[in-house]
Amino acid sequence: MSDRKYTKDHEWIDVSGGEATIGISDYAQDQLGDVVYVDLPDVGQQVEKGAEAAVIESVKAASEVYAPATGEVTARNDALDDNPALVNESAEGDGWFYRMKLSNMSDLDGLMDAEAYAAYLEALD
Amino acid sequence: MSADSDTDQTILKTPLNDLHRALGGRMVPFAGYDMPVQFDGIMAEHTHTRTAAGLFDVSHMGQVRLVGDGADAALERLIPSNMKELKPGKQRYSLFLNDAGGILDDLMITRREDDLLLVVNAACKDADIAHLTAAMPTGIAVVPMPERALLALQGPDAVSVLDALVPGVAELTFMTSGSFDWDGADLWISRSGYTGEDGCEISVPEARAVALAEALLADARVKPIGLGARDSLRLEAGLCLYGHDIDTTTSPVEANLQWAMQKRRREAGDFPGGERILRELAEGPTRRRVGLKPEGRAPIREGAAILEADGRNVGTITSGGFGPSVGGPVAMGYVETALAEPGTALFAEQRGKSLPLQVATLPFSPHNYKR
Repeated sequence: MSDRKYTKDHEWIDVSGGEATIGISDYAQDQLGDVVYVDLPDVGQQVEKGAEAAVIESVKAASEVYAPATGEVTARNDALDDNPALVNESAEGDGWFYRMKLSNMSDLDGLMDAEAYAAYLEALD
Repeated sequence: MSADSDTDQTILKTPLNDLHRALGGRMVPFAGYDMPVQFDGIMAEHTHTRTAAGLFDVSHMGQVRLVGDGADAALERLIPSNMKELKPGKQRYSLFLNDAGGILDDLMITRREDDLLLVVNAACKDADIAHLTAAMPTGIAVVPMPERALLALQGPDAVSVLDALVPGVAELTFMTSGSFDWDGADLWISRSGYTGEDGCEISVPEARAVALAEALLADARVKPIGLGARDSLRLEAGLCLYGHDIDTTTSPVEANLQWAMQKRRREAGDFPGGERILRELAEGPTRRRVGLKPEGRAPIREGAAILEADGRNVGTITSGGFGPSVGGPVAMGYVETALAEPGTALFAEQRGKSLPLQVATLPFSPHNYKR
């Protein structure tokens, strides 16, 4: 198991060194349905924990994606520009959204691990 | 045609509710009803309807009979369309108007041998029935038909599928209808719909609705379709959604629905809001409903402001989303009449960004009606 963490808003975050990769969970992509556009943050942009960092458009509606931690965006997944359906096909793999340099590792305190997130989803249904 | 509005009251269910759940429908509240927004996924359902046949439950919509001599003339006082000239079996799109010439609802009207059959939006049906009841003179009855369900079968294979079950349906042409028997159930079938495709709407006694839906779904060409694809299909077809593209603030001329007003009525102006509507017909309205094609990949949603290059606000998006058959975003909205020509370059403001779009000819996806 990776040490992937999840938020209550269904984002995931993988930390490796001081850099983190962020995306939305498989549960979230299933709830959204067919993804047709992802508005990603720009490289160099500052994002703030809990604030809107990206917008995901399904056929039906637009949904905000919140930053799970504060920091500076270091990469965005350009593949989503041409193939937003990657989010549906591989939400927790090739369909990642962006990478960031974390300002405070303590932002990760209180996020759920995979097991806790699975229990959280169970309680939602 | 219908608008969504959640209510605090007990949620209503159509006769197909258990079937939707058994088919894996994702249920949402819509106009007070528990309805499926999707089954396999909006994109797949949309494409299936354009290429084969999609089955929609539209039982939440209101079916209402007007019964009595002179019902056509009485109804004409509420709408700007010809009713007296409408021949038996013929169907017509029309609009309930208020005294300011705004649109109270849009509806389909069919003349049958013994009545006029009206189909109105779910969210408006109680108000429509009250409006009709108040307006009809003595001797003309307003008869809601909650005992009947309504199914729509849409797509290039729809009529062939239905004709195999109900022989004779294929002889109907677009906007005509008739009475049919299916296994002892009396059906009223019209060749019309809300997708831009060929197909039918089928009024069926509620006790037989599930059996009819299952018989249609038994054909491999038919899949169940939810409200999500119903919306993307109608948007690509350039059809208005009440409460979004048309409402009490929009006139039929602004909405580019003047084709629903036949010559005799346009000349007379003898309908609610006639003065305003005749003036708009003569002088042109100040704004028009148009198709709008975003240049980028981002869908532009309802409510986004439409701007000219210099930043001046010239209109609003009223429906916007992704068009699966178009392969990109599509929208409709109102713009100042001088800017309503197809090809006009404009911008929409969304999430602080100014996104380029062009006025486009409707429909985005060609209609495939069998006239």
